[in-house]
Amino acid sequence: MDKFTFGMTMLVVGMGGTLLTLGVMSAIMTVLKKVFPYKAESNSENKS
Amino acid sequence: MLDVFASGFSGLIAGFLHLSMPNIIMIVIGGILLFLGIKKDFEPLLLVPIGFGCILVNIPLADLMEPGGFLRTIYEAGIMTELFPLLIFVGIGAMTDFEPVLENPITFLLGAAGQFGIFLTLALALALGFKELEAVSIGIIGACDGPTAIYVTSQYAPHLLGAVSVAAYSYMSLVPLIQPPIMRALTTEKERTTVMKAHKKTVSPTTKLLFPLVITILGGLIAPKGLPLLGTIMLGNLMRESGAVERLTKASQNEIANVVTLLLGISIGATMDGRVFLQPQTLIVLCLGFIAICLDTACGVFLGKVLYVFTGGKVNPLIGAAGISAFPMSARVVMREGQKYNKKNYLLMHAMGANAGGQIGSVIAAAVMLSVLKGMGII
Repeated sequence: MDKFTFGMTMLVVGMGGTLLTLGVMSAIMTVLKKVFPYKAESNSENKS
Repeated sequence: MLDVFASGFSGLIAGFLHLSMPNIIMIVIGGILLFLGIKKDFEPLLLVPIGFGCILVNIPLADLMEPGGFLRTIYEAGIMTELFPLLIFVGIGAMTDFEPVLENPITFLLGAAGQFGIFLTLALALALGFKELEAVSIGIIGACDGPTAIYVTSQYAPHLLGAVSVAAYSYMSLVPLIQPPIMRALTTEKERTTVMKAHKKTVSPTTKLLFPLVITILGGLIAPKGLPLLGTIMLGNLMRESGAVERLTKASQNEIANVVTLLLGISIGATMDGRVFLQPQTLIVLCLGFIAICLDTACGVFLGKVLYVFTGGKVNPLIGAAGISAFPMSARVVMREGQKYNKKNYLLMHAMGANAGGQIGSVIAAAVMLSVLKGMGII
C-alpha cells in the first residue's frame, strides 16, 4: 500500500470512525438521560 | 604501584573524558525542563521527573539505560509493557467528572472535532517522508494526551518516544499560550460575546453510573485494539461514580497516579539520550506536534462556529477550542477568553463539557486509529 492510500484511509476511516463513534455515544447518552431522568430518581430517593 | 594509582585515578576522570557534546546539550535541555517545571509551573509533575531523567541518562558510563540499569528496568517494566500509561488512565478516570459532557451530549462532537489534528498531522508526517507507524505516533501528539501518546508510540515507534512524549506534555502545558491567538483569529467579536445559558442539573446518578459501562462496551466493540485505553479510564470513572470502592478510587486518584507519574516521567526522560535524541528528526517531530495542537484548536472552533449557526447563535464557538484532552486547562482558557469580551459570560461549564468530550474523544481517536491499522494489516 502506498503512503497516499494509507494517509487517505486513516484520514477518512479514522476521523470518520471517531466522529461516528462519538456521535453514537452522544445519542446513547441522550437516550439514557431520558430513560433515567434526574428528577424522577431524586424523588424516589426522597421517598425512601 | 604508580601505574595502579594512575589507573585508579583514571576511573575518577573517565566520566569527564567520555562527556560528549550531545550529552552536554541534553543536560542543558534537562535543566530547562526542570526550570519550566519548577519555576514556571508548566506541568511540574511530569517535567521535573522527565528533566531529571534526561540529566541522569546523559551522564556517561553510568549505564542506567543498559540492560540491568535501573532506568532500563523501570522503562521495560512500565513503558514497554504499556502498564504506566494505562495505570495513569485509571487515575484520570477516577479524577474526572464527566457530568458536564453528559449534561449536553452534543459536546461529544466538539471532542471529536478536536481530534482532526491527529489525522491531518499524520498525513503531513507521511508527506514529509516518515514511515506509516512513525506518522501515526507523531499524529497522536494531536490527542493532546500524554498517556495516549506514550501508549501508541511505545508500541509502534519506540525510537520516537522521547520526542513525542516531550512534545505532548510540553504543548499540553503551553495550551494557554497556543490556543487564544487561534481562537481570536477564527471568530468574530459577536461570536465571542455569545452568552450561553447556564445548565440545569439533568444527569441522574444512574446515568453517570451507566456511562462508563456503555462507553467501554460500545467503544470496545467498535475499536477493540484501543480497549486497554478506554477500559482503564472508564474503570477509574466507574469506581468514582459507584461510590462503592472509595479506597480504590482514592488510591487511583492519589497514590497510584503519583507513583506511576514519577516512574513514567523518569522513564521518558531516560529515552532522551543525546546520541539518539539530537537529530533533525526530533525537531521535525516537535514542529509537527505543535501543528497538530493548532489544527485541533482550529477544527474545534470551526465546529463551534457550525453549531453557532445551526443553533441560531446559542453556542459560543470558543467552546470548540476546549474539545481537546488538556483537561481542565483548555476549558479555563476558553472561560478566560470569553470573559475578555463579555464579563458576564460564564462559559466554564460548557467548555468543561467540550473538554471532557475531548478527553473521551482523544482515547476513542487512538482506539479507532489502532483498530483501522489492525484492519489494514499494518499492526
